[in-house]
Amino acid sequence: MTTQPDTATSGAAAPRSVPNQPPAAALPPPGKTAGYAATDVLVSEFDGGPDTVQRALNTPEELQPHTELGLKDDEYDRIRQILGRRPTASELAMYSIMWSEHCSYKSSKVHLRQFGEKAPQNSRMLAGIGENAGVVQISEDLAVTFKVASHNHPSFVEPYQGAATGVGGIVRDILAMGARPVAVMDPLRFGAAEHPDTARVLPGVVAGIGGYGNCLGLPNIGGEIVFDPCYQGNPLINALSIGVLPVARLQNKAAAGVGNIVVLLGARTGRDGIGGVSVLASATFDEGAEQRRPSVQVGDPFMEKLLIESCLELYDAGLVVGIQDLGGAGLTCALTETAAAAGTGMRVWLERVPLREPSMSPTEILASESQERMLLIVAPEKLEQVLQVAAKWGVWATAIGEVTPSETPGLPGRVVISWNDHVVVDVPPGSLADDGPVYARPIREPADLILLQADRAETLPRPTTPDELRATVLRMVASPNLCDKSWVTEQYDRYVLGNTVLAQPEDAGVLRIDEGTGLGVALSVDGNGRFARLDPYEGARLALAEAYRNVAVTGAEPVAVTDCLNFGSPEDPTVMWQFAEAVRGLADGCQELGIPVTGGNVSFYNQTGAAAIHPTPVVGVLGILDDVARRVPMGFPPPPTAEGDLLFLLGETRCELSGSEWAWVTHGHLGGRPPKVDLANERTLGALLSAGSQRGHISAAHDLSDGGLAQVLVESCLRRNIGARVALPAHEQQNTPFVYLFSESAGRALVAVPRGHDKAFVALAAEYNVPCTPIGITTEEPVLQVHGQFEIPLDELRAAHTATMRELFGGPAELAKRHGDPEHASRPDEPVNLLAPATAPVSVEDEAVAPAGVEGGAVAPAGVEGGAVAPAGVEGGAVEPAGAEAAPAVSRPSDAEAAPNPAYAVDSREAAPEAAAPASSPDVPRSETVGPKAGLAADEPAVAGSVEQTKSVPKPSPSPAEPDSPAEPDLSGAEPPAQAAGGDSVSEAEAASFPASGVDEVVPGAGVPASGVGEAGLPASGADAVAPGAGVPASEAEDVTAAPAPPAESADSDVERHAKGRRVEKDRRSSAGGSAKGPRTNAEGPVQD
Amino acid sequence: MRIGVVTFPGSLDDGDAARAARIAGAEPVRLWHDDPDLHGVEAVILPGGFSYGDALRCGAIARFAPVMETVADAVQGGLPVLGICNGFQILCEAHLLPGALTRNQHLHFRNRDQFLRIGSTSTVWTNQFTEGQEILIPVKNGEGCFVADEYTLDQLEAEGRVVARYTRGNPNGSQRDIAAITNEAGNVVGIMPHPEHAVEALTGPSLDGLGFFTSVLRALAGSSAGGQLAGGNHR
Repeated sequence: MTTQPDTATSGAAAPRSVPNQPPAAALPPPGKTAGYAATDVLVSEFDGGPDTVQRALNTPEELQPHTELGLKDDEYDRIRQILGRRPTASELAMYSIMWSEHCSYKSSKVHLRQFGEKAPQNSRMLAGIGENAGVVQISEDLAVTFKVASHNHPSFVEPYQGAATGVGGIVRDILAMGARPVAVMDPLRFGAAEHPDTARVLPGVVAGIGGYGNCLGLPNIGGEIVFDPCYQGNPLINALSIGVLPVARLQNKAAAGVGNIVVLLGARTGRDGIGGVSVLASATFDEGAEQRRPSVQVGDPFMEKLLIESCLELYDAGLVVGIQDLGGAGLTCALTETAAAAGTGMRVWLERVPLREPSMSPTEILASESQERMLLIVAPEKLEQVLQVAAKWGVWATAIGEVTPSETPGLPGRVVISWNDHVVVDVPPGSLADDGPVYARPIREPADLILLQADRAETLPRPTTPDELRATVLRMVASPNLCDKSWVTEQYDRYVLGNTVLAQPEDAGVLRIDEGTGLGVALSVDGNGRFARLDPYEGARLALAEAYRNVAVTGAEPVAVTDCLNFGSPEDPTVMWQFAEAVRGLADGCQELGIPVTGGNVSFYNQTGAAAIHPTPVVGVLGILDDVARRVPMGFPPPPTAEGDLLFLLGETRCELSGSEWAWVTHGHLGGRPPKVDLANERTLGALLSAGSQRGHISAAHDLSDGGLAQVLVESCLRRNIGARVALPAHEQQNTPFVYLFSESAGRALVAVPRGHDKAFVALAAEYNVPCTPIGITTEEPVLQVHGQFEIPLDELRAAHTATMRELFGGPAELAKRHGDPEHASRPDEPVNLLAPATAPVSVEDEAVAPAGVEGGAVAPAGVEGGAVAPAGVEGGAVEPAGAEAAPAVSRPSDAEAAPNPAYAVDSREAAPEAAAPASSPDVPRSETVGPKAGLAADEPAVAGSVEQTKSVPKPSPSPAEPDSPAEPDLSGAEPPAQAAGGDSVSEAEAASFPASGVDEVVPGAGVPASGVGEAGLPASGADAVAPGAGVPASEAEDVTAAPAPPAESADSDVERHAKGRRVEKDRRSSAGGSAKGPRTNAEGPVQD
Repeated sequence: MRIGVVTFPGSLDDGDAARAARIAGAEPVRLWHDDPDLHGVEAVILPGGFSYGDALRCGAIARFAPVMETVADAVQGGLPVLGICNGFQILCEAHLLPGALTRNQHLHFRNRDQFLRIGSTSTVWTNQFTEGQEILIPVKNGEGCFVADEYTLDQLEAEGRVVARYTRGNPNGSQRDIAAITNEAGNVVGIMPHPEHAVEALTGPSLDGLGFFTSVLRALAGSSAGGQLAGGNHR
C-alpha cells in the first residue's frame, strides 16, 4: 500500500554503513542510491561536473556572480576569508541565502536586541526569540506557541500561492516546536480598495489563505483587512498561527548526537521558490516584478496536513532528536541551522533528496524552497520506526545524511555536502546560520515628518448638525476599512476542530485548549500604519495597546507578544529610523505592560521604487482565559428585561482625530500626531475588564479603536440585532458629540452591564481608577439612537455596513475587471443566461463609468489621495482616455443588452493601444488613473493580471461542467446529467488524468503525493508547474478542461454576474459616485444612494 | 453504543464528529481508512474534510479505501451511516446515495451559520426532529452544490428522501435547496452542513446538530430491543 520511494530505505542503509569521515575527504558513500540516474547522466552537461570544493581550490580567480545573488563585495570577501578559498557555486548560493536580509536579520539585529534586554521577567516563557516560534506555558502541563510572519512579496507577485504558502510556512514553524497547530489569523493590508489591482490581489490572497488553511483543518479566527494606497504595489500579507503542546513535548532544532541520521520528510524537492528569500523578500520591487513568479513557492495543503499528522505521531512516540522546518532558504537553512545549533558537523548526500525534477543541480536542490518539508534528526536505531510512521501517512521520508563530530575538539563541526561523489559544499555551519553580517545602518528622521505632524486633523472641518452626523456614521461604517468583512471571512473555516469560542469579527479570537477545564487562550493581532507613519514610536505602542486591549475585552489576561515588522528598504536611512523607533516603542511598551516579545518576523524592502509603505508594525498579543465559558463577546445580547442592559464607556475621550479613520475617509487626510497612549491605563483597563468578567458584571465588551465610538456602537448592535439608546456625555471643552463619536483616543472600551450589576461594576471601575461614563442602554427595538442627534434603523446600518466588500470584490464591477472582456463577449453561452440579461452591458458601463468617476472624484474630494497617492494631477493622462471611453460606453447599455458582444470587443480594442502591453485590458489605462505613485506599482500587476485573464476565460467556457449559474432553472436542468453521472465518471476522469500523473501515485490507502496529482491538472493546487495561481484565473484554465469540476476562479464571472444581476442598479449608482477613487468618494457612494 | 468515525488522509472534522457522538451519549470509535475492520461499531460517520486533498474529485479516491468496501457491504445489512460534507461526497461517489456534489455556484468556499428545514424524520439519523422543523447549523464547503438529474430529484422528493433543505438562503446553489438526502432504506444519510459543529453552546450557533446523533442512538436502542431499524420501515 505504500507510496514510499525506494530511496527512503536504501538511503537509510547507507549512512549507517559509512563510518564518520573526515569532512573534506569526500569519499563516496558505499550505498549510493539508485533511482535518480538522470543526475548522473547530466553531470556531463556541467562541463566537467559541478563546481566542487576541489575545483574552487584550483580556480581561485574564477569570477562569481555574487552581486546578482544579492551579496555585497565586502560580504563576498568575507566568505572567501571564512573558507580560505573562493566558495563553490553551491556555497555561494547558500551564503547569499543565509546572509540575505530575510534570513540573517542583518539590518534589524542591532535593534531587535532590545526585545531581549527590555524583556520583563517571565516564568511562562519556555522558548523565545531565535527559536522557530516562542512557547508560553499556560498551565502545569500545557503550553502554546504562536508567531506571526510575513509573506508580502510572494503574495503580490502571485496572490494565491503566495498567501497559501504564507500560511503553510507559519504553520510549519509552529509544528517544529512540537505543537499541534490549532488556528490561524491573517492581518492583511492592500492598496486602495477601488484600485483595479486590488481586485486582482485581494481575491487571490483570500482564496489562497482559505484554500490552504481550510484544507489543513485550521480554523481562521481573526485578523485584519486594511486598505491604504501606500500598500498598492506592496500588499502586506502576514500570517499568524498558534499551536498547543504538552510541555514535555517541546522540540528543538539542534542536530545533536554524532551518528544520528538526518531525514528529510515530506514533499519532494522541486524548482519552485528558488531565490525566494534573496531575490523576492530581500529586494525592492521594481519593474518586472511579475517575472519573479518562479521565485514564489507552490503549496500543497494536503501534503502539509499529512506532514503535521506524521510529525505529531513521531513526537509522541519519542522518535525525534531534533527537527526544523524547511521554508524560506530550504535545505540550506535547515541543514546549517540544525548543525550550528548543536555545534556538530553534518555529512549530506544530495543525490538522495527525492526530486520532482531529476535534472536539478546541487545548487538548486540546496536553494529550493519547495513547501511541506521538514528535516528530522533521528537516532539510527529509531530510523525504521520513523520510516514506518511516514509510510502510514503516505509521506516521503529519506535519510539524506548523518551528524558528524567536530574535526577539532572544542570547535564546531563542518557541514559537508556531496552530490554524486562530488563534494560541492564544505563550510562551518555557524558562519551561515549565526555569524552573518550585522549592520548598524544609518538612521535619519524623515525630513517631512515635522511638517506632517504640524498638519493636524483636529483643524479639519467637521460635521456638526445631527443630519451631518447621521450621514457621517453611515458613510464611515461603509468605508472599506470599517465595513463588514464577511465576504472575506466566510471563505475561511472558523469551526473546524470544534474549539473556536470566538472568531472574527470579534475583537479577539478565543480558543478552548482544554475541554476538561475550559482553559483557553485569546489572540488578537493589530497594527495601524497611519499612526506609525505619524510617529513610529507611538504607532508601535498603539498597535501593542490595541492588541492588548482586544485580548483584555474578552476577559483574558494578556501574557505574551509576537510581532511582524513591515517596513521599506533598510538602505534608506529614514526607513531605518522608522524601524528603530518602532522597535524601541514596542520594546518599551512590552516592558511597561510586563509581557515579553516571544518571537516574530521582520519584513524589509516593502516598497515600490523609492516609495516605502507606511511603517507597519503588526503586533499579536496572546492572553489566557482560565475558563472560556466566561469569555465576553462584543455583541450586545438580547436584554433579559425590556429595560435593556446599561452601556458604559470606559476610559477617557479626548479630541484626537489625527491619523483617524474619519480624517482619512472624509478628507483623505493624514497628518498630526497619533492619539496618546498610556500603557499604565491600558493595564488597569485590562485588569478591570478581567475582574468584571469574572464577577459576571459584563455581558458584552468592545474595544474602541478605528472609527471610534460610532463604529463600536454599530458593530455591537448589528452583531445580534439589538438596538441602543445613547446619550453622549455633556459637551465639555473640545468634546462635541462628533468628537465623542469619532475620536480614536486609546485606552477605551464600551461595555454592556446587565441591570443589577451596574452599581457593583461602577464601584469596581472606581476601585481600578478607570473613568466609567454611563452612556445609554440596549434596546430590543432594532434602532441606534443618539439622543438629540439622530436615529438609524439597524437595517439601514446593516445595508451600508455589509454592501461594500461585496460590491468591491463580489459584484459585477469586480468581475468585469477580472476578466478580459473580449473573451467574455465571445462566450458562446452568454446569451443563454437569461436570468440577468443586463449584466453584461452593465459591466461594460461599470468599467467605463469608473474612470469617469475619477474625474468627479478628483474634483470633489479635493485630492482625496492628495498627500498619499496622487499629487493632485490625478486626472493627468487618465481622464482623457477614460472620458473618451466612458462616453460611448455609458450610452450603450440598452443596445448592449441586445448585443453585448460587440460592445465588449469595441471597448477592448480601444483600450489596447493605450495599454502599451501585449495584453489588452481596460484595467491598464485605468490603473494609470490613480496617479504617479500608485501607477508605478499598478501598471505591472495590471498587465500581468490581464495577460492571465485573456488566456483564462476562453478555456472554461467550452467546459460543459462549468456554467453553474445560480437560480437558473433552464441550465440547471440541462447540466446535471453530466454532473450527476458522478460515480460513473470517476473512471473517465481517472482515465483523463492518470496518464500524466502516474497511476501508482493515486493509490487509495496511502496519501497521494499531491505533486503528482497536481501535475495531472486537478483542482488541487498544482505542483511543479509553478502555476501563476489558482487565485488568478489563468493558472487553472488548463485544469478546467481536464477536471470535471470547474476549479478556477475564472469562472466567477458569469456566475456571480448573474447572481448579482439584481444589484446592478445599485452598483451603477454607487459607482457613479466614484467607485474608482479614494476612500472618501467610495464611502460616499452608498450614502448618496 | 459504539459509533465509528472514519479517518481518511485529509479528514478534518473527524475529531469533532467523535466529540458530537460522545456528547450525544455514544462511545466514539476511531476507524482508519486502511483498515477494513469496523471493530464492531453499530453506526459509522464519514466526517468532513478534504480526503486525499480532494484530488480527482471530492471523495473520488476515498470511496476506494478498504474501510469503504466494508461499509458499503454493511449498509446493505442496515448499518446506519452518516456522511457529513466530504462524507456526503464520498457516499455519492460510492453510489450509496444518488447525485453529486459540485463546486459552489459562486465558486467560493463559504462558511456561515445556515438554517435548514427538516424534510424527513423517518431516517435513522433524524427521528428526533419534527417534520418541517427549522434548525441552525454551520455550513462550510467549497463543493457543496447538490446536483442530480430531474428524474432523480423528482424521485427523491416523491419518496420523501430529501432529509433537509436550505432555508433563508441557499449557500451553494444546490438544486431544489437540497442539503441532505437519504437512501431508500433510510439508514444512509448524507448532509452537507455540519451538525457536529452545533452540539455545544460554547462553540456552535445552536445545539440543533445534536439531534442527528441522538436519533441514531434511539434507532439503535430500538433495534437492539428487538425492534426494526427506524429506517427499515421506510422500505
